[in-house]
Amino acid sequence: MSSLVKISKEDVLEALQEVMDPEIPTISVVDLGIISEVNVSDNNFVSVIMTPTFSGCPALKYMENMVKEQIEKMQVSGVEVKTTFDKPWNTNMISAKGLEGLKKHGLAPPQKHTGLVQIEILQNVTCPHCGSKNTTLKSPFGPTLCRSLHYCNECLNAFEQFKPVD
Amino acid sequence: MAYNEQELAAVKEFLYKIADDQLIIGHRNSEWTGLGPLVEEDIAFSSIAQDKIGQAQHIYEILHNLGEADADTIAFTRDASLFKCCHLTEYPIGEYDFSLVRNFFFNHAEMLRFEMLASSSLEDLAKLAKKYRGEIKYHVMHSDTWIKQLGKANEESHNRMQAAVNNTINLALGIFEESDSADTLKSMGVFEGEKVLQSRWLETILPILESASLKLPESSNWQPAYGGRKGVHTEFLQPLIYEMGEVFRLDPKAEW
Repeated sequence: MSSLVKISKEDVLEALQEVMDPEIPTISVVDLGIISEVNVSDNNFVSVIMTPTFSGCPALKYMENMVKEQIEKMQVSGVEVKTTFDKPWNTNMISAKGLEGLKKHGLAPPQKHTGLVQIEILQNVTCPHCGSKNTTLKSPFGPTLCRSLHYCNECLNAFEQFKPVD
Repeated sequence: MAYNEQELAAVKEFLYKIADDQLIIGHRNSEWTGLGPLVEEDIAFSSIAQDKIGQAQHIYEILHNLGEADADTIAFTRDASLFKCCHLTEYPIGEYDFSLVRNFFFNHAEMLRFEMLASSSLEDLAKLAKKYRGEIKYHVMHSDTWIKQLGKANEESHNRMQAAVNNTINLALGIFEESDSADTLKSMGVFEGEKVLQSRWLETILPILESASLKLPESSNWQPAYGGRKGVHTEFLQPLIYEMGEVFRLDPKAEW
């Protein structure tokens, strides 16, 4: 019989680095900023609190399950995953590594905002293909709730941004 | 927070009203999926629908915590007379001008309502309100863009938008039908009231309409379409609810 090895919060977060956003496989749920809280009890029972990016995000239940399954691979006595709005998500919560992950997926990352997104910052988003700022917002709504559609007047490519949300 | 019977009834009615508006207008918006005049508009209406229905769901979950049925049962199995949505949300999508003007009127009211609710004493709702503001900002941006563009583009577009404004204003004013429990909600610190919301709404939309060369009809001619908040609805609601619940009724226990 092996003795219980205490799992730390950091161990859980490290394991969750492998749980990727199902729609953007280059960013983990941790770097996306939707893991609000992780608690591990003395007997290795893990409770996780998540928060949705968008209220209508259809991937929410799916991601809860992915998180649960990933933690169950560890030496835990049980896992509970809950979603709340106690610490509401905004795009400033995406980590630096997460922003790089968005770029890798060909998306322009959201600009940092000061708590209030002004519509003007959606204009002239930097093109992820050529780096030009000579771009135009085509629509604030894209293929998923978190993306907007843009056009680069310099390299003549359409591109998407992970849009800023406050 | 512990509520007495009267307070609990007032809170529930209030939550139903907000969520039912979002669910029904969300479904109407979704009816543009595949039919939008441009592919970007198709996507915009579908995304707005997805946001609003998701937002309604979280409010139904608060109701569930207050003792009501679960969100799906609430959304898909109630009779129309138990819905508290306003008539504006119920009408079929009609022409694109109507759908744009409806969203313009509704989105601004919704945005201002959640701004007020962000400091509500009903904490679960206040948390959602703070979250929703950031999402609805994009809905407002979408409708403002089209109101301004089409209000001034050419004679035909201007005339059509003006006609849609004229035909929709009474429905829009129905959003602000006051509830019998308004005083209770106000004294509980839940919500300041529909009159306050309506005056903020007018202050917000008038300059935007003006910049689009559009006018509201004279206020002396306004006849707000009330009744929705009391469960009295247009002929369009029951068929919509029936259609929404079609898949749910096939197998209410199905896992998604």
